[in-house]
Amino acid sequence: MNVKNILKSNAIWLVFILEVIIFAIASKGAFIRTGNIINISRQVAYYGIASIGMTFVILIAGIDLSIGSIITLVNVVCAFLMVNLGVNMWIAILISLLLSTAIGILNGFMVATIGIPALIATFASQTIFEGASYLISGGRPISGLPETFALFGRWSVGIIPVCTIIMIVCFAIGSFILNKTYFGRYFYAIGGNEEAAELSGIRVNRMKYLIYALSGLFAGLAGIVLLSRSNSAQSTVGKGLEFDVITCVVLGGVSVNGGVGRISGVVAGVLIIGCLTNGMILMDVSEYTQMVVKGVGLAIAVGIDCLSKKRQTT
Amino acid sequence: MSEEYVLELEHIRKEYPGVVALKDVTLQLRPGEVLGLIGENGAGKSTLIKCCSGAVIPTSGKIKINGKEFERMTPQLAAENGIAIIYQEFNNVGELSAAENLFLGRPIRNGIMIDRKAMEEEAAKAFAQLQIKINPKELVKNLSVGYQQMIEIAKAIQQNAKVLIMDEPSAPLTTNEVENMFKVVELLREQGVSIIYISHRLEEIFRLSDRIEVIRDGEYVTTLITPEATVDELIKLMVGREMTQKYPEREPCIDKNKVVLELKHVSGNGDKDMNLKIHAGEVLGLGGLVGAGRTELAEVIFGSKPKESGQIILNGKEINPRSPREAIDLGIALVPEDRKRHGALLTNSIKNNINMPIYKRISNASVIRSAIEKSNAEKYRKEIQIKCPTVNQLVKNLSGGNQQKVILGKWLAADSQLIIFDEPTRGIDVGAKYEIYKLINDLVESGRSVLMISSEMEELIGMSDRIIVLAEGEMTGELQKEEFDADTIMAYASAIVDKEMGGSTR
Repeated sequence: MNVKNILKSNAIWLVFILEVIIFAIASKGAFIRTGNIINISRQVAYYGIASIGMTFVILIAGIDLSIGSIITLVNVVCAFLMVNLGVNMWIAILISLLLSTAIGILNGFMVATIGIPALIATFASQTIFEGASYLISGGRPISGLPETFALFGRWSVGIIPVCTIIMIVCFAIGSFILNKTYFGRYFYAIGGNEEAAELSGIRVNRMKYLIYALSGLFAGLAGIVLLSRSNSAQSTVGKGLEFDVITCVVLGGVSVNGGVGRISGVVAGVLIIGCLTNGMILMDVSEYTQMVVKGVGLAIAVGIDCLSKKRQTT
Repeated sequence: MSEEYVLELEHIRKEYPGVVALKDVTLQLRPGEVLGLIGENGAGKSTLIKCCSGAVIPTSGKIKINGKEFERMTPQLAAENGIAIIYQEFNNVGELSAAENLFLGRPIRNGIMIDRKAMEEEAAKAFAQLQIKINPKELVKNLSVGYQQMIEIAKAIQQNAKVLIMDEPSAPLTTNEVENMFKVVELLREQGVSIIYISHRLEEIFRLSDRIEVIRDGEYVTTLITPEATVDELIKLMVGREMTQKYPEREPCIDKNKVVLELKHVSGNGDKDMNLKIHAGEVLGLGGLVGAGRTELAEVIFGSKPKESGQIILNGKEINPRSPREAIDLGIALVPEDRKRHGALLTNSIKNNINMPIYKRISNASVIRSAIEKSNAEKYRKEIQIKCPTVNQLVKNLSGGNQQKVILGKWLAADSQLIIFDEPTRGIDVGAKYEIYKLINDLVESGRSVLMISSEMEELIGMSDRIIVLAEGEMTGELQKEEFDADTIMAYASAIVDKEMGGSTR
């Protein structure tokens, strides 16, 4: 591999470095102070975790719009179990993660067995479970979580937040699945060509169940981290989060056409969005402007992906 | 014949990063002639015609239309100057009518309204000019592939095309449709249209063309007057080496005592009452017309489509594979007809393709044992001579013949005992065909069995030990090696043999 290729395949990291330099200069150094960097790592943790499941889904040319709702539901259910029913923290977490995984399996059922397009199937469950979380909470925030629950979102080991460690472990697991296990090979094969994958002996439908279940599980974990950070459960907390996560994944070079992408790219995507949000807040840019900037970023990222594909074919 | 040329390509060169697709190709097309363009896969035919249409911009060289030189060809310029290309994939919209497709993108309008009636009248005229019977109101999705192609041709003629470039036009067609297409080509020639006809099937080139241009490895080789050329000569020119025979010799290796696969009254997926036996070391040919139910039978055996009734017996045990996975684990493999859609995983590496069916087997607690993965790929790369710089190369960058080898390597790695080939050499050039045949021989010589579906009569006769013929989902005849005869097979395939005769061969 020559220098040009190395630069090309890591272009996203160059963008990230450039971004950091710009914010560092514009904020007169405030952006790169240790405290702020720790802060960013804490802020990105929950969507970083959720982005791993989404990476798998997009790799097989699917989409999961339900993860925002899953995050909300996990917030509400976990808090409800602990606060209203007095359930032990660990058991509440276990039930919440099982629930989020079950929702993923339901998505898998709709997509693989029934054959509903992923966009519509997961949109339906998004609506269902957003509604369900309002039904459970009655629209009121649930607070008064156990002291120790702060572990996942607010405690640190030394200076490194626990949620950052959880995210790093999740990224490592995601990368391991994609690169070292046969499931990873299957995902890339299905994303490249579903029919040929089936005819090569991959049980494509089973893999879809697995992938949507994993997407649900990672979203559930993200929900736990977010609940711990915000210390109270609200039925609006996960609204629209799926778009942030999709932006990170696509920005990280995972092709929406399926079959192409790496976890390392997604890490960069998560960091870029995280720094963008933090940097703009630091510089007092309004939330609406932030939305515009993120949307433009998403369009450019996908545009570059599509253009490079076009150039390959002519 | 006039010495003026309608289309001239002079010293066309096209470089891609790292590859030279065309080194130096010259082509001259006379008015009202059919020029056959032949060359092995990867010789640069497709790139060359894309240069004509402006889809690809040559690195150097000149393009002249009617003597006028064009600095830079664009798709619009090509169309305005009467150049049209009929690709293998059509640009029709299935949900629109034949007439609407003919005027796609430039509808006849009456104010802001589409003048459907005028379009239908014009379409009827265009179809009449080609002497084809298509109802302009018919939705294109209801038309056969042959008619859809005719709409493409009619569209080109309607837009005043003077040069028609046809890329493997017979590939998707049935025998009857091919005949109709030939008639249209001949009619167009009479009407003064110049045609560049690209095909792997040399008999078509001989039948239709006035002259034949051969290119090899991106370079112009020669142009011959068709009546003066011979098949052997053309093959030699295309491959650049002497081809002694088309089908390699095979050691007799059939074990008549060992029935590997037996079908008893198997029905399903459109086929009725299939009965056949395949022995160890045997190549059983499956003949018939396109749509006779051969691929459908393969799908049932391979578990990708369910059977409705009957028994499938593998090595003496009844099996009922309900998915390709189950069939693969039983030692059955399928090399499908449509390599790019169903066979190879184009965006995956050679290594991943070869190991795909056995990843679970070579994994330890889900973790792939990468040393085995690598050595597997290297083993089959060597054994079946897949030409590639490394096994990490993506399969989409390989030629058709090498892609086919990768698919075969995958099934060898999976230790398949019965290998079903559906049109094993479709779209594969002459040189690579011979290699595929040799590999099929290796398979049966090592005791494996092969079921080979083929629409190429010569291939069927040249490669099979025995031939079973299907027509409309039923078995119509069986021929032993000494009975092989193209006319008999054709007769069974068209189901024009009376029932009694068909019955006696069972």
